[in-house]
This record gives sequence, C-alpha cells and structure tokens, in this order.
Amino acid sequence: MRAVFHVLSFLAVIAAGFWAYRENYATQTAMREVRTLQREITALRDSLAMMRAEWAYLNRPERLRELVVLNFDALQLLPMEPAQFANPADLAYPPPTIPAIPAPDGQAFDGIDDGATALLPHDGESS
Amino acid sequence: MRTPLRPLPRILEARRQGANPDLIEGENRARRREQWREQTRGRASARLGLLAVAFACAYAVIGVRMGHLAAARPVEPIASAPGVEITAQRADIVDRHGRLLATNMSTHALYAHPQELTDPAGTARALAAIFPEMNAEDLARRFADGRRFLWLRKVMSPEQMQKVHEIGDPGLLFAPREMRLYPNGTLAAHVLGGAGFGTEGVQSAEVIGVAGIERALDSELRDPARAGRPLELSLDLSVQATVEEVLAAGIGLMNAKGGAAIVMDVRTGELVALASAPAFDPNDRPVPLVGKDDEASDSPLFNRAVQGVYELGSTFKIFAAAQAMELGLATPATMIDADAPMTWGKYRITEFDGHNYGPLLSLADVIAKSSNVGIAHVALMIGGERQKAFLAALGFFAPTPVELVEAQGARPLVPSRWSEIVTITASYGHGMSASPLHLAAAYAAIANGGVYLKPTLLRRQAPVSGTRVMSEDVAAKARAMLRGVVTHGTASFADVPGYEVAGKTGTADKPKKSGGYYKDKVINTFASMFPASDPRYVLIVTLDEPVDTTGSKPRRTAGWTAVPVAAEMIRRVAPLLGLRPQVEPVRAVALTAGAN
Repeated sequence: MRAVFHVLSFLAVIAAGFWAYRENYATQTAMREVRTLQREITALRDSLAMMRAEWAYLNRPERLRELVVLNFDALQLLPMEPAQFANPADLAYPPPTIPAIPAPDGQAFDGIDDGATALLPHDGESS
Repeated sequence: MRTPLRPLPRILEARRQGANPDLIEGENRARRREQWREQTRGRASARLGLLAVAFACAYAVIGVRMGHLAAARPVEPIASAPGVEITAQRADIVDRHGRLLATNMSTHALYAHPQELTDPAGTARALAAIFPEMNAEDLARRFADGRRFLWLRKVMSPEQMQKVHEIGDPGLLFAPREMRLYPNGTLAAHVLGGAGFGTEGVQSAEVIGVAGIERALDSELRDPARAGRPLELSLDLSVQATVEEVLAAGIGLMNAKGGAAIVMDVRTGELVALASAPAFDPNDRPVPLVGKDDEASDSPLFNRAVQGVYELGSTFKIFAAAQAMELGLATPATMIDADAPMTWGKYRITEFDGHNYGPLLSLADVIAKSSNVGIAHVALMIGGERQKAFLAALGFFAPTPVELVEAQGARPLVPSRWSEIVTITASYGHGMSASPLHLAAAYAAIANGGVYLKPTLLRRQAPVSGTRVMSEDVAAKARAMLRGVVTHGTASFADVPGYEVAGKTGTADKPKKSGGYYKDKVINTFASMFPASDPRYVLIVTLDEPVDTTGSKPRRTAGWTAVPVAAEMIRRVAPLLGLRPQVEPVRAVALTAGAN
C-alpha cells in the first residue's frame, strides 16, 4: 500500500514538473507575443500620427487655395459668398412618386387606381 | 540472526561451573544496546547529511539568483494591461472642429563620439555637404580637440538621416527625438507660439512650449493624465485662414506696416480667429530682436492683437455714450454741446481736420460723426471716478486673461493720476492704451446685451456667465448708435449687404519715443459687430501705419483703411461662420399679375 502511494506521488511530482515546464514556456511565448504586438501598436500609432500630420499638411488652407487657383478650369471654385445662401422654398424638388396601393385582397383595385393616376401632374394619357 | 538473552547451552555450562547466569544475560543486553546505538547514529547522520544537501541547494539557488540579478542589465517593467496607450507625448492641439494645428513627429538628433570616428576629416567634409549650416574645418577641429561627445544637430529630416547613414562612420550616432510640428505653417502662428527642447538626453528630450498657448498651457499639454486627448481651441481653421488672407491683402493695399484682426463669439467669449501680421513660421521661429534700438513690434514674433498696446482712438467713444445712457444722463436723442474747438485749461480739443459739428449734436450723431468735443462733454457729465470704474469693469485696466503667455505682459498703459483732462482724452481713446483684444472683449459686452465675458482661446461648450456692466436696453441703444456709424457715419464702407454691420472707427496718432505724436503715422482701428439686431460676432481690425493712396492726397483715417478691410473680412467670414444674410442679397424677380 505504501509502495503504491510512493509511486503515485512520484508520478504526480513528474506530472506537476512537466506542467510547470510547459506553462513556463507558454507564458514566455505569450509575453514575447505581447511585446511584439506592443511594438507593432507603437509603430502603427507613430505612423498614424505621421499620416494625420501629413493629411493636415496637405490640407493646409494655403495649399488648398493655390490648388483651387491652379485647377480653376476643372473645379471653378470661388470663395463662399453671402449671395450663395438660398431659401429652401426656392429649390425645385422633383415631383413625389405615388406608391401603388395594393388592394386588401391582393387584386388590383380598379376604381382607386384610376383616381391615383389622375392625381399625377402629367395625367394626360393615363387611361 | 537475533541472539537470545539467555542462550541455554551457556546457561547450563555456567550453572555447572557454579557461575552466575545473570552475567551472561547482562552481557548480551549490553551487546544488543551497542548495536542499536550504532544503527541509530548511522541513520541520524544520514538524515543530517540530507538536510545539509537540501540547505546547500537552497542557498545555492538564492546565491545564483542574486548573482544573476546583480550581473543582468536592468529591464523596464512591462505594462501588460491592454489598452494602455503610449502617452509620454505632448498633447496635440486642434481647432474647434478637430482639425490639427499642432502635433508631434518622431525624428532623430545626431551626435558623435569623436574617438570612435574612423576618418574624422572625411566625415566632417561629408557632414558639411549634407547640412548647410556646418563648416568642414570647424567640425574637424572640434572632432580633434579631445572631447568624447558632441551634439551635431537637434533634428533632421529622414532624407538627411539616410545621407548620414550612407557616410557609414561608426562614430556618428542617432538619438530618437519627438519633434513639435505645425502642419499649417504660419497659420495661427501667434496663437500657437512654438516649442523647443528642454533638457536633452541621448534617449529622449523634453519638448517645452516657448511662446503662445504652448507656453501658457505647457504643463497641461504635458500632463500624462490627458492620455492623448488633444487640446481643443476655440479657433476655426477656415475662418482663421480667411482672416489672415484678407488681413495680409489689406495690409498690402493700405501700405501698412502690420495689422491685427480678432473675431470673437459674443455669447461665449471664444476667440474664433486671432491674427497678427506679419506672421512667422512656428516650425522655425525667428530669433527675437535684442538690439537696443529695435522695437519689439518690428519683429514678426510680436503679437499685435494681444501685445500691441495702442491708443485705440475714437472706438472708445461708445463706452462714454453707453455709460451716460446707463446712468440716465442722456438718451440717444439728447443734444450735446459739440462746438469746436473746446478749450480746457491749457488744452484745446479739436475735431478731425478742423471740422466743427456743433453747436449742438444729438448723442447718436456724436458717435456717428465721431465728435471729440461732443464726447468730451459727455465724459465731463459722467465724471472721472465713474468713468474709470466703468472702463475697469470692461477690463481696460488689467492684462487680458486669455491663454497666451504674451497676454500677461501686455498691461494697458493708464495714466497714474486720473485728472479731468485724462477723463476728456480717455473718452475718445487717447491718453490711455489698450490692446485690440481688450477692445474686442469690451465690444462683445455691448454686443451680447451688456455682459462682460472673459475672452478665451479654449473651446467652450455652453454659454458662460459673466459680469453685467450695463443693462440690456442700454446695450441695444449703443448697438443702434454703432449701426448709425455704418449707415450714415464714418464707416459707410462697412455696410456689407445682409449682415447689418455696426461698428466704430478709430484713428490715433502714434506716439513718438521722445514724446509727442507723429503727424503721419497712425493706428487705424475698426471695431465692429454683426448682425446688429442680434450680434453673434465682434470683429476688430487694426492696421499699423496704413495710408490709402488712391485719392488725390494720402488718407489715413480708419474709414478709408481699416473699414474696407473689415468689410471684406465680414463678407468672407460670415458665410463660413454659418450666418445667413438677413436681407436677400439678390432681389427676386418681381412678380406681376398677368392678364388672364
């Protein structure tokens, strides 16, 4: 009985040692990975900051102004002026489309259909 | 084999010989005890040996670990918590819409270990070819004078770094650096100021603000607790760019030495644009003037909007008029004695160009025609003490609290003794000096219905409370007077269709250093607000030594110089600020009833 107990505890020690060994290396791998990722994040952040700076540099008002002058033929952009404000009421909106009304029983509903087309602004040839 | 204590043959033998058999038993007992003792001692010493080995192992492990720790290179502890950002950087500065005004860039500094240089002379020549400011002989001499460390350059471009790499000398080394970058160049240069390096090490260098908001809010920008959150300014990049463009064009047209413009939101005190011309590039700040005869205002570093403490001239007249109405001494229709010239002791107060608007002028016309004599009489009605208290409430006796390091140094120049002649001259903006920013804050109080708000460069989310300096009714009447200046007064060029500009011109002679005033050097100011019926913004335009030469003789009044510039600024800026013109700028086609 004692011998069996000794053998079992010896096996348990071996198993625990093996587990600890594996965990140790797994942790080290994970740590290395974290370090790599952090370096990558830092590098990406740096390049993001650089790109934001470059974006701001390329979009600086002075340069845009020059580009607008250079490309006037294609873009025809002018400074914003008070006269360019318009009233929403002055805008020409396209005529609203009237959706077809399905009849309750799924069949075409002749009487109302005619009436609906008659409401359209260009109702000449609707029959 | 265990021997019995009393073996029978020996007992019998002893009995036969008549000896005591107990002796045999005692002898055997003693032998047995001896054996047990031997056995126990052996076991104990084996245990002790094992224990000694265990202790030796433990001490060995500790010793090896200590030796390892002592010999190993120190490693930074790693912050392994997810989402922790690298926040050692200085915070970015953005405008009110999040557009970048200042950011950081990684670059490298260059240094040398001269004793490790393989070819000092050749390296010196190669470096001089890359960097224009270096001199080959000078560099070779410094490489050879026995020093072990030498800074060569604080920052360099990636191309320059590549060229230094190509020299390939092991004695040339790079140090990582964070560099402050202003991508918009000269835009808002006087607000941003600039940054430089503080304490420098090989691995990193401290970036510190040297001027403007970078210096004033330095500790806040460097605070690691910001965690990369940018500093939001109240400036609007497109408005600022337009203001600077129009101001620069206006300075050119009016042959001025310089100028300043301020756009301030009257409801929050936010400065939407703050420009001073000529400007500089904060990426490469010019060296400040240090000569004895140099005037600070000659340097582009000088912020005319904040540091330029000038006599602001007739723009001050509205304050006396508003105070007279606030105290119930006058209404816009009250007739004021405006018979020029006015004599006060040994002083003579005259009107511009020797005019006489008198004998009587309504208060509204005193402002519209900008009568010095009329407003002098109003100021005498108010009295010096009350006038001083009112101007103090409008912030004219203290530096502006704006977040610029230059603002604290720009204390208004006020006479120490507030005599009656000071009361008279201060009412039309002479004898005391203030910066255009002071004027903007005071005009904002008239524009927003009588509340003085502290001007700020930081974005405010909600309207703020200020101190009430006049009633809403008085502020509205003062605005109507200022509107009159534009519709039928000295600032008729400022009538931008649709935006109901109200404002006041001011022309002040520049004081000589030796005392007295120049005859042909003036500061022209136009302080305005728009739209007059419900003002949203105050605009101050100041031109330094302008002259309009389009007429038969040079004109130096604000109505001919600062006002047209301000009008163009309002025309360009108001749409950018989202203000709809209130009157239709283009008349709709008239509809006529057609015959049917």
